[in-house]
Amino acid sequence: MKLLICAGPATTGKTAVLRHMIRKLLAKNLRSAFLKIDVQYAEEDEIFAREFGIPTKKVYSGELCPDHCNVMVLGDALRWADAEGCQVLMVETAGLCLRCSPYVDGGLGIVVLEATSGMNLPLKVGPMLSLADIAVVTKIDRVSQAEREVFRSRIQDVAPQVRIREVNALYGIGIDPLVASVEAFPDAGENLLLRGNPPVGTCTICVGKKEIGWQAHFGVVRALENQVFYRGE
Amino acid sequence: MIESITILTGHGKKGGTEGVERIDFKMGDVVSIVGPTGSGKTTLINDIELFADGTTPTGRRVLINGMPPPAEYRDNPACNPIALITQHTTFLSDLPVNEFLRTHARIRSQSPVDGDGLVRQTLDFANQLTGEPIIPTSQMTELSGGQTRALLIADATIICNTPIVLLDEVENAGIHRTRALELLRRYRKIFIFVTHDPRIALLSDYRIIMQQGRITDVLYANDEERECSVKVSQLDDLLTRMRDKLRFGERLTIEELEGVL
Ligand SMILES: Nc1ncnc2c1ncn2[C@@H]1O[C@H](COP(=O)(O)OP(=O)(O)O)[C@@H](O)[C@H]1O
Ligand SMILES: [Mg+2]
Repeated sequence: MKLLICAGPATTGKTAVLRHMIRKLLAKNLRSAFLKIDVQYAEEDEIFAREFGIPTKKVYSGELCPDHCNVMVLGDALRWADAEGCQVLMVETAGLCLRCSPYVDGGLGIVVLEATSGMNLPLKVGPMLSLADIAVVTKIDRVSQAEREVFRSRIQDVAPQVRIREVNALYGIGIDPLVASVEAFPDAGENLLLRGNPPVGTCTICVGKKEIGWQAHFGVVRALENQVFYRGE
Repeated sequence: MIESITILTGHGKKGGTEGVERIDFKMGDVVSIVGPTGSGKTTLINDIELFADGTTPTGRRVLINGMPPPAEYRDNPACNPIALITQHTTFLSDLPVNEFLRTHARIRSQSPVDGDGLVRQTLDFANQLTGEPIIPTSQMTELSGGQTRALLIADATIICNTPIVLLDEVENAGIHRTRALELLRRYRKIFIFVTHDPRIALLSDYRIIMQQGRITDVLYANDEERECSVKVSQLDDLLTRMRDKLRFGERLTIEELEGVL
């Protein structure tokens, strides 16, 4: 099973990129299963099921962060895709909190960014970009060639080892190299590990403490004038 | 060294092959692409800039020196032999002009460059094309349509300084068009103009005719058109002079038309 995990801010064109990839993979007799992980609303699964007749699923992360949810369900999802007779599992995730990344060793990690999103975006998305294998830049026809090139260099400055692929997801231009990368990637093994180091600390808010002020919290905390420090055992 | 660039044609919007099988652009050629709005002019130069390999919606292929271009042309701006001046009249980049240009100069060059020098030269060039000088510390997003176009042309010429330059309707958006042509033609490159402007079309060695996404024909300038070209340029200069007079609140006289009409 080839595993592809695709992350990126909302509305950058993840779905449009994956649609072209699913079509081109099908044309090569490689059937994809599609899993969408989102916080509260998604319909990509239904669209793809209708359009390509492939097995699809969605998971609302709800109480969990999407990346956390991804870790929980990915093992099951690989077995599901296999049972459905697919050769590729594509996971699309919103990857929202930007402290960790959804990618795993054993799967191709793709981040989708739009060329129109401003020159500082690459600096803001953290490990979602720096731990990816490929950064796909969409909406390239909406900016000048010069801006496209400067955007590319802003990505390269933060994430020098990430390959950059510019695509026009409207017309499917530039998708072939992405398909080739999926095909060339080794099959996902048994014991998958999250890529990179998750952020340290337990989120006291996630466990239900609502009091404002670091004095009421424990673990990694921070005050306005101090860097983070550790409080507690 | 780039000597030629070739388009192996594909199909139009409604299918159907194009009017010619291939077009070879040779170093030094000045070419126009003409056709009504929506006929696929921008799509054609985008195909060239993307080094189309049969996978774009037109099915066209682009060769450099008769060969498929190496991947690095696309992946490394320092190796890209093409500068494209798009139809955009606004920038979306939230950077100051000087920082943007310095970054672009750095990545477009294969060796360390005098960034500040290039930025200065680029701004000097741009300011010859626009009535409203560009302030280096202003944000890219604040530039007017004319300033944006002027900066795109200057950036392509000074910073990219590539052997192939593609220009999409430079005549629009308030720049000194005649001055731009004059400055550009000092360089020996392949120039491909998408244009509705008779003056630019007639200054070209040949022009590509487009209709419904298809290249229908390639027309070479003949002697009669070359004669027309001189007259058309005079007419165009006349109109420019008159336009300026009107803009500055002056009156026109019938004498101004003499010798031209
Ligand atoms: N050969 C073609 N095949 C399919 N679609 C095309 C083709 N040429 C142009 N188009 C489409 O037609 C539309 C108009 O083309 P465009 O290049 O913007 O025209 P122009 O620049 O001449 O105004 C675009 O949506 C473009 O994608
Ligand atoms: Mg156009």
